[in-house]
Amino acid sequence: MKTHTLPVALNDAELEEFGREMDAIREDTLDALGDKDRKYILRVIKLHRSMDFVSRMIIFAGLFFHPLWQHAWAGQTVMLSLFGIGTLLLGMAKILENMELGHNVLHAQWDWMKDPSIHSSTWEWDNTCPSDTWMKSHNIVHHTWTNVVGKDLDVGYGVLRVTPLQKWNPLFLPQMIYVFFIMMLFEWAVALHDDHVDEWMRGKRSFSQTASVFANIGRKMWRQARKDYIAWPLVGLLVAIPIHLSGYLPVLGPTPDILPEVFLNVLLANVVANLIRNVWAFTIIFCGHFPEGTYNFTESQVEDETRARWYIRQLLSSCNIKGSRTFDLFAGNLSYQIEHHLFPDLPSSRYPEISQRVQALCARYGLPYNKGSLTRQFGTTLIKLTRMSFPGGSTEQKIARA
Amino acid sequence: MEPSPQSPQGSLFGRLSYFTDMLAWPLRTSHYLELVNPLWTTHALQARVEKVWDETRDARTLTLRPGLNWRGHRAGQHVRVGIPVGGMHYTRTYTISSPPERDDGCITITVKAHPGGRISSHLVRQIKVGSYLPIGLPQGDFTLPDATPVRPLFISAGSGITPVMSMLRSLIARDRLPHSVHIHYAPHDYDVIFGQELKALAEKHPHYRLKLVFTQELGGQPSGNNRFTVEQLQSLCPDWRQREVYACGPASLLAAIEANWESAGLSRHVHLERFRAAFSAVPADATGGKVSFARSSLTVDADSATNLLRIAEDAGLNPTHGCRMGICHTCDATLKSGCVRDLRNGNVINETGQLIQICVCAAAGDCEIDL
Repeated sequence: MKTHTLPVALNDAELEEFGREMDAIREDTLDALGDKDRKYILRVIKLHRSMDFVSRMIIFAGLFFHPLWQHAWAGQTVMLSLFGIGTLLLGMAKILENMELGHNVLHAQWDWMKDPSIHSSTWEWDNTCPSDTWMKSHNIVHHTWTNVVGKDLDVGYGVLRVTPLQKWNPLFLPQMIYVFFIMMLFEWAVALHDDHVDEWMRGKRSFSQTASVFANIGRKMWRQARKDYIAWPLVGLLVAIPIHLSGYLPVLGPTPDILPEVFLNVLLANVVANLIRNVWAFTIIFCGHFPEGTYNFTESQVEDETRARWYIRQLLSSCNIKGSRTFDLFAGNLSYQIEHHLFPDLPSSRYPEISQRVQALCARYGLPYNKGSLTRQFGTTLIKLTRMSFPGGSTEQKIARA
Repeated sequence: MEPSPQSPQGSLFGRLSYFTDMLAWPLRTSHYLELVNPLWTTHALQARVEKVWDETRDARTLTLRPGLNWRGHRAGQHVRVGIPVGGMHYTRTYTISSPPERDDGCITITVKAHPGGRISSHLVRQIKVGSYLPIGLPQGDFTLPDATPVRPLFISAGSGITPVMSMLRSLIARDRLPHSVHIHYAPHDYDVIFGQELKALAEKHPHYRLKLVFTQELGGQPSGNNRFTVEQLQSLCPDWRQREVYACGPASLLAAIEANWESAGLSRHVHLERFRAAFSAVPADATGGKVSFARSSLTVDADSATNLLRIAEDAGLNPTHGCRMGICHTCDATLKSGCVRDLRNGNVINETGQLIQICVCAAAGDCEIDL
């Protein structure tokens, strides 16, 4: 018998059996968790903190080679190379912290260790979005209602049209410009991506009702900005002390002008590092649910949804990106977006092995498993977003087959 | 770990870290110091294992060097120790057996591996010198008063010797050992934790009367009936009515002591140290039970199939929650006692203090939730 309205050829009983097999994968993985997994996350934490510290020290070291200091080693090339290396490393540290640590710890993936210092309830991440705001908009809204139009705020983030199921209006015409801004300002967009803020933007909520939400977000934004754009640039000024002591900075004369420049150099390095993280995170995350072959759902399709149907919806909503293990690490294992959506609270380090079982399971039930290269997934995302800025598009759901 | 150590207010590091913490946000300076030396952290206290020493066949003393934020303990106090076993973090409480007067910055805990006890066995057999363990700050009120009691009677059994040892060592280090009687129960002569040291003390200090009671022959046969009785007490320490009692040991011994002094009308002279069980017993037919919501002081009946979130809501509570299907962890609450069953896989959770997802757990017998 088939009472469900999901776009799959399975009947109810087959679908429930599929769900039980998924549950078994989850149970087996939970049983297998142990010391190896703990060592893994501790290693990633250590790697991030070392990268973070070393990268800032490299940027700082670059300041010693400013041409205006006029010592024998000073020169544009050395300075810019050090800035470049340090900034790139800092960007990568931030990527690692946001993707493999922050995102996954806040998903409660490491709560099973019961370690109070690596726990979703205590973790805060290096991002302008407060962790509690993000856990609400992401863990609850997005992961429960994945790709359901009208329920999942990640379907277009309130400003984009990503499926023909969304009604078109002229505001969507320039949406590729919005996409560009979302990419560049990704962490700020994530911070404001909250259901209360969304309701306020639509005029369904007064400002006074939203004030506490804004205060919480504002506090986090200020602390982030204070660190990257004020405190670290000020620390950069300390470079003047050793330079002065070694006699290369005269007390009088035009050279004190150099101090604002030192400040700006460090500021710029931080801005670029944050941009690197923003563009990367945007790219990975936009490849999660928008590429060709993903499905969106209507609210009526998820009424009285069973766990098995939820699994099917997660599978049809998500897609994976093929890549090396290093790529996976810096993608926070969201290159296994399907596995992540099926089992959001299982440790990300287990996704590769889970993936093999999920693929085989999908093949047996004749269900599609959407994986492709970064070029394919990101390319089709851009094509779809461009197409959706114009009216129309077929709302018919084709039956999903492998 | 609770209570969490804070940077000392007003210290140079405390004032400096106010500024450096802005650079480290959302972490703290201490998270980066940890990369260099885990003992320098202030966000979480850790201790390095400096030495291990077997006291008996199944008890081992671990010498720990706590981090900078450690504050001294009082003799008889205990400390919470975090132990990673199979990737999971367990917390257990152990009495500090070294005296506060020890001056090399180290403390010792003495752990007995309980048969079948995964955590204690791990601590005794697997922890290596050089590893780091998270620890809490010293706690507990099982201590000697500042004015040393005139005539203490110490009663201990097995690893219950540890607080008594700390007290004795402290009293001797301060040259303030009063006339004391110490009754200690152990399986046999070679199974007395700190046996050699206790006997040496008894020889050197005539004020200290050590009465060892052995409950087994060598080889494991029980020897007669050597459990605590009034007659035994009368013969070992005839003036027990005039003494202040400090006792630590298994629950059955403590119960017998409590009963004896109570019937003598001397309850206020008894000081006991007991540890709460870390696990609740799983009821044989765990089919629902009474659910207590501790913070709301509310108790309701629950069956074995309805999730606790629903039970709480039906009882008029409004716990924070999200997906209602066990994926978002918004409704996680602490299990204070009793057992619950995870409805997804049927596993029973009975560890006190564990976080449970109330939207997918049902009562398995009586339980208490921190809501």
